[in-house]
Amino acid sequence: MNKVIAVFTKESFLVPLVAIILGLLTGAVAMLAGGFNPVKAYVALLEKVFGSAYNFGETIRQITPLIFTGLAVAFAFRTGLFNIGAEGQFIVGMVASTAVGVSFDLPAYIHAPLAIIAGAVAGGLWGSIAGYLKAARGVNEVITSIMLNWVALYFANWVMNAFFIPAGQQRSEMIQDSAVITISWLSAMFDSARLHWGTLIAILAAIFFYVILWKTKSGYELRAVGLNPHASEYAGMNVNRNVVKAMFIGGMFAGIGGACEILGVFHYQAIMTSQPGYGFDGIAVALIGGNTPLGVVLAAILFGILTFGSAGMKFGAGVPVELIRVVIASVIFFVAAHGIVKIFVKPILKKKKEGGN
Amino acid sequence: MKKVLSVLSVATLSLSLVLAGCGSKEAQPQGQTGANGGATGSAPTIKVAMVTDVGGVNDNSFNQSAWEGLQKLQKDLNLPQDNVNYLQSTSDAEYVPNLTQFVKDKWDLTWGIGYLMGDHLKKVATENPDSKLAIIDAEVDAPNVESVLFKEHEGSFLAGVVAAKMSKSKKVGFVGGVEIPVIKRFELGFEAGVKAVDPSVQVIKVYTGAFDKPDVGKSTASSIYGQGVDIIFHASGGTGDGVFNEAKDRKAKGQDVWVIGVDKDQSLTFGDEITLTSMVKRVDEAVYLVSKDLTEGKFEGGKIKWLGLAEDGVGLASTSTKNVPEDVLKLAEEYKQKIVKGEITVPDK
Repeated sequence: MNKVIAVFTKESFLVPLVAIILGLLTGAVAMLAGGFNPVKAYVALLEKVFGSAYNFGETIRQITPLIFTGLAVAFAFRTGLFNIGAEGQFIVGMVASTAVGVSFDLPAYIHAPLAIIAGAVAGGLWGSIAGYLKAARGVNEVITSIMLNWVALYFANWVMNAFFIPAGQQRSEMIQDSAVITISWLSAMFDSARLHWGTLIAILAAIFFYVILWKTKSGYELRAVGLNPHASEYAGMNVNRNVVKAMFIGGMFAGIGGACEILGVFHYQAIMTSQPGYGFDGIAVALIGGNTPLGVVLAAILFGILTFGSAGMKFGAGVPVELIRVVIASVIFFVAAHGIVKIFVKPILKKKKEGGN
Repeated sequence: MKKVLSVLSVATLSLSLVLAGCGSKEAQPQGQTGANGGATGSAPTIKVAMVTDVGGVNDNSFNQSAWEGLQKLQKDLNLPQDNVNYLQSTSDAEYVPNLTQFVKDKWDLTWGIGYLMGDHLKKVATENPDSKLAIIDAEVDAPNVESVLFKEHEGSFLAGVVAAKMSKSKKVGFVGGVEIPVIKRFELGFEAGVKAVDPSVQVIKVYTGAFDKPDVGKSTASSIYGQGVDIIFHASGGTGDGVFNEAKDRKAKGQDVWVIGVDKDQSLTFGDEITLTSMVKRVDEAVYLVSKDLTEGKFEGGKIKWLGLAEDGVGLASTSTKNVPEDVLKLAEEYKQKIVKGEITVPDK
């Protein structure tokens, strides 16, 4: 029992938790200032998410890509890289899986995995472009990966227009049924919410994240490079190779996320006029999750609930969308601003220490 | 120091709790009056909702226009405030859940605004055959969906007539958003109108690939004006804000350039100095009329409604008289009559 309490009062757990509460309180103050009832709004949010089977299923649909992009950012972060490019890696993953999904006619047990692997490889390669430029030329990965987001967006639109979109349409042909990863019986149970195998793959990816970083030699190297590249080099590790590797694996996570979005949710790819946004949300998810796999999954759940539930706040309590963004932003703000939160946490931690003595 | 901080943190927390408590008390009577208002409302009570596309409800364009239509409905029919509502979509993944939210909540009619929502609305309509839905700008083939489309090419033809008459450089421009059938109708109608008046006038056409990028609109407009064009017609939603911005800059430097606005009367937003006229598309009227028909039990599910010049669904803004001389407007009116009578067929594909 004491162990359980210890886990919940650990600083790494307490800081994000307090940050979330502070964020929600700030949001409440903002809503009060705007003349809305925050209690009613938060109840409406929860009602939206948990109120019906359909909406609960759709929340899971919303959470899934956030786990992938959160892992993509967190993985690179462990090697000391700031991967802003999850967005672009997500998009090329979509393109690759659409290409495989539309073009081939294979048995389902080969087709769907092949489409996902195509997405993973495409995302990985896209990520490693930024990694390679960093390793070989010392170009800051923040700059390259953010630029590559735009390249990916317009490249995707060009590929779709050139090869997959019938004349006069705005979206590609439907992917073959054999590539679809929607779970129809589960979907039927949830009132035709768009549930798919991607959610399970996301959980497996989080486990893979943990195993490779903390249970293998190459994971040790990746983390060592992140903690101190100079010391790692002195110890005989190849820093450049690890940088490319970290960006490849990070990109792979995002790429699979994009693939699952196509194969599980849309079943086609539309021309995008703006970035889907999962990659940028992934940065916040990784940040809230403290760059740990469990943290990322939990943060994605929180983020997914907030974004999907925000429609409920509009619907149930009349809070305008702009104000809902303020609530989400203040949660992120407090998570990012550790220092402020620690001021609030300190008295609790101090008390615990005294109690221990 | 630490003690002070801990006291402060407790104070902040309790203060926010107190504030939250006040809020709930304050809001309650508001909710009650809303409910009372509903009880005293007149006989036909319907609940109509709309889902915007990614442009959002303040896009200065057709989403906003549609919402104005619903607000008018609420006022005219004396409906309670809560009987019209909208949800804004931030990505295309949200179209289906947003539409479903209203449908499952048994709203009488749910609107999807925009071509991009077609497939998604169809999915929701097939899954909920008892619901009633309607869509602007797209054809959805389902027995419980009424599709409303506009003959943008007819209205744009008149914009083309005005542009060809007013251009001094004999060069006019067109800035499109994404190259989809709707926007193509604007382009083709505009070009046909220009050529009908004067075949020697050159039309420079550019698609920006986005409805929400004013920066791209500005740079595109800059390059088109740079080629000697003096009038640009834009059909690009929020991207067009940048076209107006560029025109304003050039006007300030003494150049004689104009913009023809789209969807709403954009001279109201951007001023008469740069807005020559606007090709208005009465999305608000369409939303209003179809929703109102529902109160009289007239819902034409499965039907595709085309609104053109004859139905006053499209046309030039009434404020055109400020910048366009009377003889030009008269000519436009003549063309309008010819189109309505079917003497001229404007190409749409």
